[in-house]
This record gives sequence, structure tokens and C-alpha cells, in this order.
Amino acid sequence: MRHAASRHVAEDVSGANVNWEHFEHGSDIGVRGFGRTVEEAFEQAAIALMAVVADVSRIGHSEKVEVRCDAPDLELLLVSWLNAVIYEMAVRKMLFSRFQVTTTGCSLSAVLFGESADPERHHAAVEAKGATVTALRVARDPDGQWVAQCVIDV
Amino acid sequence: MDLSSLSRHSDFEWWIDPAGKMRVPAIIYAGEDLVRDMDEKVREQLTNVATLPGIQRAAYAMPDAHWGYGFPIGGVAAFDPNEGGIISAGGVGFDISCGVRALRTTLTMEELQRNKAELAEALFHGVPAGIGSTGAIHLDEHEMDQMLRGGAQWAIERGYGRPEDLDCIEEKGRASGAKPECVSREAKKRQAHEMGTLGSGNHYLEVQRVAQIFDAAAAEAFGLKQDAIVVSIHCGSRGLGHQVGTDYLKSMVVEGYRPIPDRELACAPIHSELGERYLGAMRAATNCALANRQIITHLVRGAFAQVTPHVSLTLLYDVSHNTCKIERHSTNGETRELFVHRKGATRSFGPGHPELPPGLRDVGQPVLIGGTMGTESYVLVGTQESERLSFSSACHGAGRAMSRTQATKRWQGRKLVEELQEQGVLIRTKSYRGVAEEAPGAYKDVNAVAEAAEHAKLARRVVRLVPLICVKG
Repeated sequence: MRHAASRHVAEDVSGANVNWEHFEHGSDIGVRGFGRTVEEAFEQAAIALMAVVADVSRIGHSEKVEVRCDAPDLELLLVSWLNAVIYEMAVRKMLFSRFQVTTTGCSLSAVLFGESADPERHHAAVEAKGATVTALRVARDPDGQWVAQCVIDV
Repeated sequence: MDLSSLSRHSDFEWWIDPAGKMRVPAIIYAGEDLVRDMDEKVREQLTNVATLPGIQRAAYAMPDAHWGYGFPIGGVAAFDPNEGGIISAGGVGFDISCGVRALRTTLTMEELQRNKAELAEALFHGVPAGIGSTGAIHLDEHEMDQMLRGGAQWAIERGYGRPEDLDCIEEKGRASGAKPECVSREAKKRQAHEMGTLGSGNHYLEVQRVAQIFDAAAAEAFGLKQDAIVVSIHCGSRGLGHQVGTDYLKSMVVEGYRPIPDRELACAPIHSELGERYLGAMRAATNCALANRQIITHLVRGAFAQVTPHVSLTLLYDVSHNTCKIERHSTNGETRELFVHRKGATRSFGPGHPELPPGLRDVGQPVLIGGTMGTESYVLVGTQESERLSFSSACHGAGRAMSRTQATKRWQGRKLVEELQEQGVLIRTKSYRGVAEEAPGAYKDVNAVAEAAEHAKLARRVVRLVPLICVKG
């Protein structure tokens, strides 16, 4: 039942790195980000999250929002981070296309770049209800690459 | 799922016998084909639930069960607080008190056909749906707390509906024991402008026709005739419920009780500070869902009034399928108060249950099963046997057969809308991608699920409904 969908590895039109994929979950969807650092993997996981909600290539980046969160360990920090993004989407009625993450231990601060949600223009599909601890994994693979993943309840 | 590891007790009852840390057996109610198609994760999750402290009789999976969060979706488990019983945020779900409400209408099929497009537009514009949508109601701090305590009763006091609506809502439209002070500021902020909104994903508002009657006596008691027009609303507690789920899942992982290494199954003893806080917040979120469906009912009535002013809409029933409720059940020869988790499962009280309103008490509780926008939905009725079989529980919907990613690769939203229109189903949506993700072919066969519920004696089929208009969330 679980297998990875095609992995998006490229540079987008603005030159930003794209390195994420979705994976399957019974009724919902998993997000998986890759990176040379844990920060990059978290940024890519957030792009994968946005790609669940809408077409990321159609989302501008004229407005920025700052968030902070922390957790007892790196895996729960990923859940807190994605939930912080979901919360900002929900209360600001915005969608985001770029993320800059900085971590210090298990504390995270980030800048989110996006714009007001326009369901038709952004080809919005579904709201994200929350990031879960299902299939949760933040780890460095033997090749040195960081992976950050979990299932999103939609 | 591999059938060889299950004990077959009947054609529709399969057991995972207790082994290892399991305190009780796990029981799956479904026909052979449905069980074979179930994810192995259902077995794993159900087995884990059977290890939880205070669990009574068995961990149950309904015919539409699939891989969930800690608990399978379509999972039922009851816990005794006096035996160390637990409460689990994953066992209730993120969309707390998500459910289905069905309304009877006095509209005839002929009137509907004459006004179909106009009615579809009125509903689409009258009921906010989709990502980023907001309602016309904006709650300040005081009013938010009033709503969280009052549920549908609060909504009716504010003019959204009629007092008689409350008779046909579980707990008369208000979950007691709600504690708004246990709901975070973030959760309340997320909800401030979302009252009376449908949401997205598999949430919908449908106008449906009674296409087939299975049980004439029960159909008559429910006021449903052949070709009668029904309105069904499927949605939940919106941003507030999602945030309560998020907040307490984290609390239970960090400070709760984790009986097995699986973090998803984090929980808290019912008799604990965290357990009591979650219960208070969960009941507040339940009231949010009940108020939300009540406001949407008011908006639906308003849309009908614009197009067909003489038509009246009365409540058939409102039942939630992501819940934990205190109920009295008999276990080990005595009747006790248990905390019954239903994650993607519907309560199905049989005839004579004291919690049913007088008009339904003789026949049993309507069990509302949501289907897909292109196929059908069902109204079932609870059976007396379901108390013994599953703590009075039945299925809640078709359940996905295919992921969202696969669905968007296979179907195009716009084309699907055109095809469904040719079949007589008008879809109104802001998101063609959302339509593709919810394509009827991406779901299991709801007919097989409803039939299995009947054969397993969890609930009996009363009518089959086919969609005519669907506003997609």
C-alpha cells in the first residue's frame, strides 16, 4: 500500500531547490523532504505539505510570516513545524511557497513566504487538518542525506 | 489482509485471537472480499488497540476499516475508567465529531428537476465551502465559549434553526461536560471565522433521491418514501477540532501514557489530569461540530427558501462518527459506564434505546452512511444485536480504495464534473483538483460496505440514496 510517488528533484523557476515527494497513506497522504541539512529537509517537507494543499508553482511569495516552535526531539519538532505552517495557513488564509528554517537543537525559527489563498488561481485541493506522528521519521541516511517525513491528515 | 491468520467465526465475523500483550481479542466485521482488501495496517493497529488498559470485550473493526492513526479508521473500542481505562486523541481523530446530518424535504422529484440548476447555485453560494472560506458569523471570545458550551442549542438560541431540530441530534445537540478553558487560544483563533463552513476533502453537501427502499416499515418511520428528496451534510468541527486534535496528540505523546512503543497510540488515563482536560476540550469541539452543522442547516433552508419557498426541511437525524462518548453497556454480567471510542464508526442504537427520541425509539437509530458524489449513500437502522456485537456501532462510509495521488493521476476534475452531469449529478466546486481526489472510483463500493453491516447484524439497510446535486468542500 505504501510506496513513494515520483520524487521532485529540480530547481524551480526562481532557482530554489525542489527535493521532496509524497507517499501513500490509506485515506490521507505522507510528505517527505530531503536535504543536506535537517533545516533543508524540513523546508522541503513543508513544500511537500503545500503541494498537498495547492499547486506550489502558482503561489507567490510577496508576504512573509515568522514562526517559532520547539519540541522534545527532532521528530516531534518536524510535527510541530508542519503544524505551525498549517496553523498560519488556517488563521491568515494564506498559502506559502518558500521556507527558510533555522534550528538550534530542538528549537526552530522560520520565515514563510507566501500570499493570500485564492482557491481557483492556486488550484487548491484540500485543507490540511494536522501533521501526525504516523510514519514519522527524521534521520540522516547512510549517504549523509537528511530525510524528514510524516503523514498529514487531510 | 492475509485471511489465514484470522479465525473465521462466521462469513462476516473474523477474529484475531489474543496473543502477546493483547488483553482482549480483535474482531473484524466484514465479508471475505472486504477483509482481503483491507490494509495489513488494520490488523496491526487493531491488535495494538487490544493491548490498551481497561479495554472491554474486544477491539472492533467495521466493514469500511482502513489504516488510521493509532486506531484504524472504522475502529471501535470501549474502556472502563475504573479498570485504568484510557482516552486517546488518535482514537477520536483530528476532525472531532465529524458526522452526517440528513434532512427530509417536501420537494417532489418533478419540482427538483425544474429547479435543479438554480438550487445548486443557491446552495453553492449560500454555504461556504473549500479552502480559506469563511462564514458570515464572527465569534468574539465570550461568544466562542458560549458556542463551545452550547453546541446546536447555542446555534438555535441565536436563530439558526428550530427548537424541534434538537430532538433528532445526538445528546439533543449539546455535549455536556465541555470545558472551553481546555481549548487552546490557537484553536479558538482558527475557528473565529469558520462557523457555518463545510470545509474541504471528503466533506460535502448533497441533495439526494431515495432510489431504493429495503425496509418499508423503518423507511416509513423515518419519513422516507420512494423518490423523496433528502439533503445530507457531511462535515465536522473545522479548524477548532483540528487544532484540539493537534494540541492533545502532542500532549499525549509528550506527557501522556504510551503502553507500546508506537507513538501514534499515545493516550492518557481517563482518570488523570490530562485525560480530563482532553475530555473537556473534545466535548467543546463536539459542540463546535454540532453548532456548525446546525448553522449549515439554517443556510440550506435559506437557499431552498430562495428557490422553492413552499418547501420545508425537517431533521431526520444527526450522527457523529469521530467520537468518544460515555455510554452504559453490559460487560461481564454487569452494566457499567464505558468510554466508547468510535473513529470513523457510527453509533447504531437499536429499538427501545432510552437515548432515542420518542419518534425513533420503536424503530431504532438512523445510521447515516456517506458515499461518493457519483454513486450512493445509505440510511441504515441500528439493531438490538449491535449492542452485544460492537457496543452499538456500525460503519460510517465507503472508505478510500486509492490514494489522492493515484486519483489525480487517473481522473481530471473538470471531465469528471461533465461526466457526472451527464449522469444527472450536478457538482458545484471551487476545486477541480479536489473533485479528482474525491473521484467515486477512488472509494470502495459503499454497497458492499452497507450490505456487510447488515449481514454482520450491526445495522439494517433502510434506504439507498443517489446524489442529484453535490456541493464539494
